[in-house]
Amino acid sequence: MGEKILITGNEAIARGAVAAGCKYFFGYPITPQSDIGEYLSGVLPQIDGAFIQSESESASIYMLYGGALSGERVMTSTSGCGFALMGEGISYISAAEVPCVLVDVMRMGPGIGTGGQHGQTDYRLATTGGGHGGYRCIVLAPASPQECFDLVQLAFYLSDIYRILTMVLSDFIIGRMAEPVEIRTIDFGPVPEKDWALVGKGKKGGRIDRQLGGPVMGVPEFHTHQREKYQKIVDNEVRYETYQVDDADFLLVSYGSSARICHGAVDMGRTEGLKLGLFRPITVWPFPKKELREAALRAGKVLVVEDSIGEFVDDVEFALLGQVPFHLLGVWARHLSGGSGIIHPERVLAEVKGLL
Amino acid sequence: MSAENKVKVYETPKLRSFMPIVHCPGCHYGIIIRILCENIEELGIEDRTILLGGVGCSYTWPIFFNLDAASCPHGRAPAMATALKRIHPDTIVITCQGDGDLGAIGLGCFMNALSRGEKLTTIFLNNAGYGQTGGQMAPTSLLGQVTTTTPGGRDPEISGYPLHVAELAAVMKGVAYSARVTAHTPANFGRAKKAVKLALQKQLDGVGYGFVEFLSACPPSWRMSTDECWEFIDKKMLAEYPLGEFKNVDRID
Repeated sequence: MGEKILITGNEAIARGAVAAGCKYFFGYPITPQSDIGEYLSGVLPQIDGAFIQSESESASIYMLYGGALSGERVMTSTSGCGFALMGEGISYISAAEVPCVLVDVMRMGPGIGTGGQHGQTDYRLATTGGGHGGYRCIVLAPASPQECFDLVQLAFYLSDIYRILTMVLSDFIIGRMAEPVEIRTIDFGPVPEKDWALVGKGKKGGRIDRQLGGPVMGVPEFHTHQREKYQKIVDNEVRYETYQVDDADFLLVSYGSSARICHGAVDMGRTEGLKLGLFRPITVWPFPKKELREAALRAGKVLVVEDSIGEFVDDVEFALLGQVPFHLLGVWARHLSGGSGIIHPERVLAEVKGLL
Repeated sequence: MSAENKVKVYETPKLRSFMPIVHCPGCHYGIIIRILCENIEELGIEDRTILLGGVGCSYTWPIFFNLDAASCPHGRAPAMATALKRIHPDTIVITCQGDGDLGAIGLGCFMNALSRGEKLTTIFLNNAGYGQTGGQMAPTSLLGQVTTTTPGGRDPEISGYPLHVAELAAVMKGVAYSARVTAHTPANFGRAKKAVKLALQKQLDGVGYGFVEFLSACPPSWRMSTDECWEFIDKKMLAEYPLGEFKNVDRID
């Protein structure tokens, strides 16, 4: 067992990246994730790496693309409006199929939103890839600082294995909360050699690599290859967590910080004799459709909880195929109308009781 | 002179790939590609050079060189080059960007790379118009120039003034070399080649950013013959865009 230290989710992401062997970070400050870059600006130069504060998220994403082309493990992080600015670059990276990691610590939108306070309003943009054209990105949603630390390492691994941009979709509450985190380097196994990297042909025995960034020739072939890759990910990389679902007759479905609130609601409900359970997707793309449907069919009733007007709920609806009724408890359930309002477990439990 | 006494004085550079130049007849890009090939070969840096094209006609440039290369999204080559260079400082990274790519959509990206003093080299292709999209106005289009989006000629009240990038680059502290050249005559070819070599040398020596702006013909978007293009460069382009070195320093303090 590794050393345990008390750190925030954001610092866990930064430390997790270093544990994964990432030495290069490019980012632009935006609340609530600026401390990821702040931490790495101190650490990376000490390990012969580099931190660059870019002039915009548009530049960050292309530094990430250029860095990925170098063959090294590279990362950027952002939030909300900054994430939107990265869309074009995510699409280019996906076309080029170069591995890299993007962290989005969600804030409340739309527009400037609450100026960087909590919310889960980048879900739809993240799970559909964020940019133009047809492509997919793996999206991992942590619900604790420990999971931030572990999932960012998994993100680098999956990214290398599938040559795909992998996102860690955290949120303000997860990023800013501190918990004990076990510092451990996770060995997921070997990854393919990056013999395609642009490092100058001299280092590759004269072989030349050209990255033209898209389906220049063989359009159906390119897209078929992409589709097969995405299907392989859907078949092999679905991850989720369940809590008290075995005998549950009412299922809460949630992710990220909202799932923690639901976790509390399950415990409160159980003390009152209510058989509540929680289903929490960890990969939100690929979404655990089949597993969720099975759990929901067993429980018979579903309440989706998320801190938005309803984005995650669309994926739940898709998964349930109309076979199980579901309801949504969203941002309107916060306890205050100001930016600091949150959805309390008591409010979730009250909603459950109203539906029973 | 007998056949056996003949000496080969001109051949395709070894760095040129087998791909034919796809640019339009009368376009000067093929000449500029040759200048780059010759300089990279003469400096002996082909084993560690990475060439980046932009969006527009320069998107195709990676296929013309026997080099590690990439085509970059519109205007973002300096950001990609920054990461490649910082991660592998022993590489020589060159961006080749048109006037829309660098001067319009990517001006902020370019200026910030200069501002950071990146050790990069940029070849800026100024043909006063958007070639690939069919002849629209560029930031470098001349006042009065007729384009598909300035049908009455470029009017500064509506579309602003021609952008002088070589002069702009020269005022940036992180820039070691900035020059404007043309390659439309043999004499200018020699001067242009020397400028590109100096701009590469600044990167090799780790001094700072090297920048060379080429004035270049675009017969289709100018709606001119090849001969008319030469005349347009001589009489109009040179009047707006003076040739010369705007900065050449061996040290940035």
